[in-house]
Order: sequence, then C-alpha cells, then structure tokens
Amino acid sequence: MHILVWEKLVAKRKFKRPNRSLSVDILLTLILGLFGLFSAWPLILILNNAFKPLNEIFLFPPRLFVYSPTLNNFHDLSVIIQNSWIPFSRYAFNTVFITAVGMIGTVFLSSLAAFPLAKYKFPGSKVMSRLIVYSLMFNGTVTAIPNYIIMSRLGLIDTYWAVVLPTMGATLGLFLMKNFMVQIPTELLESAKIDGANEFGIFLKVVMPLCKPAWITLIILSFQALWGITGGTFIYSEELKPVSYALSQITGAGIARTGVASAVALIMLIVPVSVFIISQSNVIETMATSGIKG
Amino acid sequence: MGEEKTALRKEYKLTFSQVWKEHKEKYLMILPFGILFVIFTLIPVLVSIVISFSYFNMLEFPKFVGLQNYINLFVYDEVFLIAVKNTLFFSLVTGPVSYIMCFVFSWLINELPPKVRALMTLVFYAPSISGNAFLIWKLIYSSDMYGFANAWLMRFGIIAEPILWFENKEYVMPILIVVQLWLSLGVSFLAFIAGLQTIDKELFEAGRVDGIRNRWQELWFITLPSMKPQLLFGAVMQITTSFSVAAISIELAGFPSVEYAGRTILTHLHDYGNIRYEMGYASAIATVLFFIMLFSNIIVQKLLRKVGD
Repeated sequence: MHILVWEKLVAKRKFKRPNRSLSVDILLTLILGLFGLFSAWPLILILNNAFKPLNEIFLFPPRLFVYSPTLNNFHDLSVIIQNSWIPFSRYAFNTVFITAVGMIGTVFLSSLAAFPLAKYKFPGSKVMSRLIVYSLMFNGTVTAIPNYIIMSRLGLIDTYWAVVLPTMGATLGLFLMKNFMVQIPTELLESAKIDGANEFGIFLKVVMPLCKPAWITLIILSFQALWGITGGTFIYSEELKPVSYALSQITGAGIARTGVASAVALIMLIVPVSVFIISQSNVIETMATSGIKG
Repeated sequence: MGEEKTALRKEYKLTFSQVWKEHKEKYLMILPFGILFVIFTLIPVLVSIVISFSYFNMLEFPKFVGLQNYINLFVYDEVFLIAVKNTLFFSLVTGPVSYIMCFVFSWLINELPPKVRALMTLVFYAPSISGNAFLIWKLIYSSDMYGFANAWLMRFGIIAEPILWFENKEYVMPILIVVQLWLSLGVSFLAFIAGLQTIDKELFEAGRVDGIRNRWQELWFITLPSMKPQLLFGAVMQITTSFSVAAISIELAGFPSVEYAGRTILTHLHDYGNIRYEMGYASAIATVLFFIMLFSNIIVQKLLRKVGD
C-alpha cells in the first residue's frame, strides 16, 4: 500500500519535473541552503545589530541574535538628524533627484545605443564595441583627475550633473544590454520593418519588451551605484549632498556613535534591498512562461 | 570568407554621405550615449595613458619622461612585483571560482518556484547590494576575543588565545579570498539569472523529444549554448572584479598590510595615486593593469567559444 503511494508520487514528480532525479535534487537543495546561510548571515547580523542595545553590541562572546530588542539606536539617529544643520529632507531630495535622473538616463541611453551595436554591422560598429569593453578594464582612480578637469571646464563641478552624467556615460550598462540584444532573432526586427516601423519604433516596441530581464537588472545595478554616491570632491556644497553622505558623516564620529551606526547600516541596506525585491519579482512574473522566441 | 572581406572593404570605401544616408538612424541612436562616453570615459582614459609617460605631481605641469615610469615599475619597484604576484594569485583563484559559483547558483536558483527563487536571488546577491557590507568581516576577523572567528574557535577549544588574523602574513590572502568569494555573486550572477529567464522554454521540451535524458545533458546542450552572450559578459565582469581587488584589502588587512601580504596592483596604485600624488607613476600602474586584464580577457573569450560545441 505504502509502496503504491510512493510510486504514484514518484510518477507524478517525473511528469512535473522531467529529466530530474530526486536524490540530486535533494543534494543540490542542500548545497543551495548551506551557501545561502553563508551569504546571508552577515546581513542577519546587520539586521540584529540595529536593534541591539549598546551593552549587547559590545557583548563577549559576541551574539548573532538580539536579546532584548530596542529602538534606541533609531531614536538616537532621529535626534541627530533633527539637529542637523541642513534639513534632512534636503538631502533626501538630492538623493531622489540624482538616483531618478541617473537611473532613467542610464537605462534609456545605454539601451538605445546598445541596440544598433548588437544587431547591425556598419562602419565603426566594431571599433565602438571594442572600446566599450576595453574601457571597463581601466581603473577609475587615475581617470578621476582628467575627469575633474573636464568637469570644471564644462562648469559642472558642484552640480548634480557632476555625478549623474559620468554614470550615464559608463559602459557597463551598454555592455550588459548589448549582450542580451544579440539574442533577439533578426527575423523579428525584419518583420517589424516590413510593417513600416522605423528603428526607434522597433527599439521601443520589439527590442525593449523582449529584454525586460536585462534592463530590470540594469535598473538594480544603476540604482545601487547612484544610491552609494556621496558626492566626494565633485559636489562640495552641503545643500547638494545626498543622504548617503549625510549618514556617513553621522557614523564617522567614532565609537560613541556605534549604536547609531548600526541603525544607519540597516537603513543604507534596506533601500536597495526594497528596490531589488520590487524589480526582481516583476521580472519573474512576466518572464515565467515565455523566453525570447524566434 | 575572403569574398565577404572584400565586400566589407568595398562598403568602407563608400563616401561619408553615403554611409550617413544608409545608417543615419543607427548613428543617431548611439550619439547621446556616445557623447557622454567620449567626454566622461574615453578622454579621461586616453589622458591617463598619456600621463603615464610623464612625471606629474599634480602641482607642476606634467614633465615628459618617456618610459621611465614603466622601467621603474618593473626594474626597481620590488613592492610592485609583490603586488603583481599577489594579484595574479588572488585572481587566478577568485576569478574562475567566482565565475563558476555565479553560474551554478543562478542555474540552481532558476529551477525553484518563482517566490522562493526571488528570495534566494536576494539572499545570494545580498552581500553585493550594500557597497560596504563586507566591513562586517572586520567584526568576524577582529583580532581581539570579540571577533566572531576568535570567539568561536576559543569556545570550541581549538585555540587558547585570540589569533591576530591580519598580523600574520599567512592568514591575509586566504581571508581576502574568502571575503571576495562571498562578495562575488554580483553583476554576473544577476546577468545569468536574467539570461536564464530569457531562454525559450520550448527548447527544453524539444530537447526531451530529441533524447536528452538528464539535467547535465540539458545544461551542456541547451542551457549553456543559449546563454553564450551572458557567459561572455560574465567573464569580462569577473576578470575585471577579480583583478581590481583593493577596497577589501585596504579595509580588512589594513594599509600598508603586514609584510605587503595584502598588497595588490590596485592598492599599489592607491598608494601612488591617492597618498603620494605621483600621478604619472599611478597612471603607468593603471595602464599595466589594463593590459593584464585585456590579455586574460582574450584567453578567456577563446576558451568560452568552445562551450557547447
């Protein structure tokens, strides 16, 4: 009797997951779980630390999970924020502006340029593609100075554009989009052309919908990059600085701010994590059934 | 092949206006990005390469010195050679291992039900999501008994006294490698996840009809060949990240690290660029690193072409 039920279950599984053996499935799930813990636990620590009272943060031996959770760290942080010289809403506005403009600009401009480079051959296309990959390999430390000179010549220093425009001119996004667009079947583009669409129409109506997972990935990446920007030497006016700068100033005050720093660490993490979850679940929903079809 | 080439060459002989008429739309689509790229990426890189042939302390105008920076780098700078050795060792380990990790995990996650898949993607990607989440490892490998690693090793009686992790030459590289691998499920991992979702599901059914019997055959004959562009993308990303190790070394092993155990090409560059302000020398280091990456990229791309053939 039991054997019959078991066999039925196995048969059902075979139908649902063809070409998969149960034992390997279990083994692979175990590996996934183990590595999952390995990569998740420092983040669990950040989460727990934010709610730890000071005596628990300095506890020996150190403890991963919080004993008696408290909102003290967040309370202290809000007091500091309220007393800040520039209203915090100003920092928040700067961050929203920089990330929104930078993100939309990056995704749109690099996708737009990636399309012809991915799908057509024309004089210069090969050279451009090469330059884009090669420029990924040159380190930013030494280009910072020529960059600064160029920006001051253009009068961009101490404006939002000093951090937004270079992000939009970075090649990672274009390289990513190009590698996805290569896979779009040429016949699809040709039939759209026969229907009378111009290149820009094809880009908007055919190419972009098919590359949704790619540009959602790019949204995540560019959000992260822009969210972490502190302005550095390119923006020196206090009232143009973003949130990440304000928060790093707060935690930079040393050991007395350890509790506040753990609250800040959580906040710095939670924003990109939320963006990640929202956009990722979006990809998975729309792409669950179809792929790029020829 | 030969005919194709002559045909192409003929196309190149077309006049400028003919080319423009034929491909106008394409050039216009590239233009906005192209302008930003040239101004903010290409020109700074070219200027840096030119500066690498000069002595430039950021106060006086750069003085042309020919190949002197490169000669100093390879002949007289012993620390640089240590840095090269460390970087090569580091990237030979973390590059391939992280690349395989990125692919294997994205491939395994892709088989999970949608909601679990979203969660697992987050869990694996989480270390790269906040710029400096890796600082948490400072707590783990803290040299006193408050550090997690020491506390645990002491609790289980493996060691009696806390180990000074970053004061010991032999611990530095292994710890940096572990941290880097922890961080490595980043851009390529996301690209692979996205790439797996764009594969036409009918291919797998067709494969089954054609006699594919297990997941490994599916992987080799269907999944990998359908993901070639993403695999090429991932390779470039893993090469650049594994050769560009600096921040974790400076933050965890300290700067300068004990007996240069954590010195990498980029921390060497950081030393000359951000501390000593010898920009000519720093630019020469960046240029050398660029060619090392370029060279390894060519090799890896050649290897990847063989996938699924």
